[in-house]
Amino acid sequence: MTTLVGDATIVGIGQTEYSRAAGRSETQLAAEAIVAALADAGLTSDDVDGLVSYTIDPVEETELVRALGTPEIGWSSRVPYGGGGSQGVLLHAAAAVLSGAAEVVVAYRAIKARSGSRFGAAQTVARPTSSHSGTTAMQWCAPYGVLTPASWMSLNAVRYMHASGATSVDFGRAVVQMRAYAATNPNAHFYERPITLDDHQASRWVAEPAIRLFDCCLETDGAAALVVTRAASAPGASPPVVIAAASASGLFEEEIASNHYRPDLSFMDGSAVLARRLFDETGISRDELDVALIYDAFSPMLLLQLEALGFCERGEARHFIADGNLSPTGSLPCNTNGGLIGEGYIHGLNLTLEAVRQLRGTATNQIRDARTALVTASRTGVILRRG
Amino acid sequence: MSDVGPTRPAPVVTEDSAVFWDAARAGRLVAQRCRSCGRLHHPPRPMCPACHSIELEAHELSGNGTVYSYALLHYPQNPAFTYPVVAALVDLDEGVRMLSNLVGVEPERVAIGMEVEVTFEPTKDDGVVPLFRPRGQRS
Repeated sequence: MTTLVGDATIVGIGQTEYSRAAGRSETQLAAEAIVAALADAGLTSDDVDGLVSYTIDPVEETELVRALGTPEIGWSSRVPYGGGGSQGVLLHAAAAVLSGAAEVVVAYRAIKARSGSRFGAAQTVARPTSSHSGTTAMQWCAPYGVLTPASWMSLNAVRYMHASGATSVDFGRAVVQMRAYAATNPNAHFYERPITLDDHQASRWVAEPAIRLFDCCLETDGAAALVVTRAASAPGASPPVVIAAASASGLFEEEIASNHYRPDLSFMDGSAVLARRLFDETGISRDELDVALIYDAFSPMLLLQLEALGFCERGEARHFIADGNLSPTGSLPCNTNGGLIGEGYIHGLNLTLEAVRQLRGTATNQIRDARTALVTASRTGVILRRG
Repeated sequence: MSDVGPTRPAPVVTEDSAVFWDAARAGRLVAQRCRSCGRLHHPPRPMCPACHSIELEAHELSGNGTVYSYALLHYPQNPAFTYPVVAALVDLDEGVRMLSNLVGVEPERVAIGMEVEVTFEPTKDDGVVPLFRPRGQRS
């Protein structure tokens, strides 16, 4: 067994507004989301003794503690791989509380991807070490004008199209579903703005022939936070959500937003390892899932993950989506908040908050009687259960 | 139109990557080779991941390869480049993969499986980068 299982529990969630210009620092955004999550849990900053985030988050732990007034921190860590590590924060938090290294761990991410350092900007400055931002491999991309996450991942996506026969129309069907969920989520950037497949096909190319503008996640300002304790030891009123399984994989030659040097780019083998750990090694069945939140930084990656996670055979994700399986009445309601494409991009952690809301029964697009949820970000993931 | 010209930024050369970029400046396409086990590695790294030797050297490649994947990059745009940028992953005949640009080919004719060969282009700040063009074509 290499997968963490136990009774670590999410007892609080909090967020700021998701916007295009927060008008305040990432550290302040993080502190606001954490205070909201602690209030949701019935706890205070005095109770916190652990902090977890992931790479590229600009918030310095020391500055955050200075804002929160937390008297004593016994555990702090960061998960590598940027957004691909986003669900690893729950593995770290659960490991801390189950081992006794900490009692109340806060997992958080603050970002100003729109008004601050834009994630999609075409910057040629290559930072070879970049203080643990995990972008070392980008030094091999910058001299070639391959400057953005969309451009990095388009190379994987085009190979996937070659291998599977998937086209931009197939990616568009996934986007139309994400936007339909976002259209009824007031917290979403694209609230009340659904699109048709024709709208998708009319959006301009970012990286031809794989990624159009509407295939891309949003650059968003905001913060999200979760509070994790052992069992339901917090006095909050919200129903607890148990971290039933958690894993963070990482494979040879994997990079932060691509895996250009792994042999077969038409398959996301980091997600296949994750699926083995979350399902095969725990005995939890895919059939038990009521809802899934899957990291949709770019729509082609959603198809690659559906295949690698074992929800359909290789090359079959386009049919799986066309058959309506991701819809509210499908076999795998997926990204019910609108995903990173429709709700916003808090670097993946907003997906985790949506999973908790679904299991509490408080989601905007509530899946009836949702008891088990999967949240993944390519190589990190969790299975959550209503407590 | 795919020739991006002299505005291209120079590569970042580090202690670990110099083996590749120093050779490029001399007009040679190389992969890092482990003197102990003979394996080729790209991008270069400070230790052979197969045998942990730190005896690593530059090994000259034929410069011939095939396009493993590609993309025509339209947006966003940086003034250092001409758009669309033709990005490609090239599988070299010796078994290593490199990210580069394709030149000497109309973007709409680029395809997976296309046979290509190396060519070199100067960058700003006296750097040189290997690029690839359809094989057998005069520059």
